[in-house]
Amino acid sequence: MNSVFVYCEIEDSQVAEVSMELLTKGRALATELKCKLEAIAIGHQLDGIEKDIFPYGVDVLHIADDKRLAPYTTLPHTSIVVKLFQEEKPQIALMGASSVGRDLGPRVSSALHSGLTADCTSLVIGDHEDKKADKVYENLLYQIRPAFGGNIIATIINPDCRPQMATVREGVMKKEILDPKYKGTINKLDVSKYTTDLDFVVEMIERHIEKSKVNIKGAGIIVAGGYGVGSKENFNLLFELAEVLGGEVGASRAAVDSGYVEHGRQIGQTGTTVRPKLYIACGISGQIQHRAGMEESAQIIAINTDPEAPINSIADYVITGDVAEILPKMIKFYKANTK
Amino acid sequence: MKGYKIIVLAKQVPDTRNVGKDAMKADGTVNRAALPAIFNPEDLNALEQALRIKDKFPGTTITVLTMGPGRAAEIIREGMFRGADDGILLTDRAFAGSDTLATSYAIGQTLKKHGAFDIIIAGRQAIDGDTAQVGPQVAEKLGIPQITYAEEIQSIEKGKVTVKRRLERGVEVVRCPMPLVVTVNSSAPDCRARNAKLIMKYKHAKTISEMQDANEDYLHLYNDRPYLNIKEWTVQDIEVDMKELGLTGSPTKVKKVENVVLQSKGAKVITSSDEDMDQLMRELIENHTIG
Repeated sequence: MNSVFVYCEIEDSQVAEVSMELLTKGRALATELKCKLEAIAIGHQLDGIEKDIFPYGVDVLHIADDKRLAPYTTLPHTSIVVKLFQEEKPQIALMGASSVGRDLGPRVSSALHSGLTADCTSLVIGDHEDKKADKVYENLLYQIRPAFGGNIIATIINPDCRPQMATVREGVMKKEILDPKYKGTINKLDVSKYTTDLDFVVEMIERHIEKSKVNIKGAGIIVAGGYGVGSKENFNLLFELAEVLGGEVGASRAAVDSGYVEHGRQIGQTGTTVRPKLYIACGISGQIQHRAGMEESAQIIAINTDPEAPINSIADYVITGDVAEILPKMIKFYKANTK
Repeated sequence: MKGYKIIVLAKQVPDTRNVGKDAMKADGTVNRAALPAIFNPEDLNALEQALRIKDKFPGTTITVLTMGPGRAAEIIREGMFRGADDGILLTDRAFAGSDTLATSYAIGQTLKKHGAFDIIIAGRQAIDGDTAQVGPQVAEKLGIPQITYAEEIQSIEKGKVTVKRRLERGVEVVRCPMPLVVTVNSSAPDCRARNAKLIMKYKHAKTISEMQDANEDYLHLYNDRPYLNIKEWTVQDIEVDMKELGLTGSPTKVKKVENVVLQSKGAKVITSSDEDMDQLMRELIENHTIG
């Protein structure tokens, strides 16, 4: 049986969080399919990296170690993965839906003419009957993802092409060590056989950590705070919830004027107009100027101590209570229900 | 100064960001017909990067290439109103049902036919699918490098393009020889507004199909002013293997589609008790609002 393969993203000689989550999922899929789980690590100074990878239940780890392979650039990583997949012929290949996986995945799938599904939220094994061709496919990978701006959920399959490729965002799958003593075998790749000089035409000039500008307009989830949040410190709870949900923090004018957050986060007539999938209004009374900037949100949760707050009239859920008590509970029960 | 030949890949998409309560049918599913068709937002960021190169290097030409139904010519005109020089509409029933790979194949073959280009610029992803795959797949089909997640094309010197990339936790500046594909993030500058003179110049720009429906009084224009002709290409105009197109050329198949049913109007009032909060988060996860 052909294996399940995980591309391990390496940052500063460490395995990325999303890759460990995918190794866990990959192990479960491999066990269900009764096949091996293989992984590939491409980078530099990878000595000992297997100690971080085998415990997830990896049977074979392929390592490509070369100074020119770190930090990540598209072409050499593509060449290595494409050649290795041609040799190993995995049935499933998983990558993080990160800036690395979403750069590499499509390139690899194009070279191999295999199907790739981006940003899957769930991966399940199942059968498929093609009635027209009168053919039954067993044990396909159902790649389940939202599409159309999150308004539909699609189940995608690749009946004929291999590997069945999927990317998954960080935090979607659960990370779990299978066995700290799990032992697989290492296959060190001769990098010169997998790449050519032409793969190294892109030069890395500079690389540094830099915080993004606030982008509330593009956020699918917004946790917004008003004067009722009470203090700059309490706003940290909003940032925590936004981070956990993968959203951004917004604010009413009253909160910005009180100095709780910067002006770039202001929502409303004098700030930005937003239409996220979910708007969580915390301690916002909901004056008309604020509502004008957010009332087209697909869903609105209003958290307020005042049961008569105007925001409640446009909300889908109204929670009467204290923001400082409710937000930690939302974080807690979100985590409890997703993992 | 020498100019560059730039292709901007653009897509006309339904405005999924506008799926508010009014765009939902009574059963809670999306009323697609009610959604306006727009220029994919990140493709506009891409166009702006192309226009900035044209500002810096006079003689640069910008061609907008889009694949879609006949009405997608609208976004080519939209590009012309902002400074693009011409456009190609790739339209054919044979493309229907294409996944990203079949789409990239068609676009790649079109670019091979079109010939000379120095830089292909596209939005990182389209808002109807959010896959971010077509840019890199086109690059692979053409056998040229790609720079994804671009925020700014900083300079072009000695045949090499320097690009600032915006990643999850930081930025990268990379240098790459032409020709190449660049895909642009929404964190890049917004596209400039339409230019009144260009609107006057290009408002009658049309594809051949559109001309057949056009007011006869204007038809002489298309001979007098060749720039008003938007190229309309079908599979006949590019060299393709029909097996690689449409549904048959698509390795991925849609097995099932489930509409996300949004809550009907009327607020649910809940308390801050553990039970209620647990129930709330479960509901939001189940209806795919979060998670």
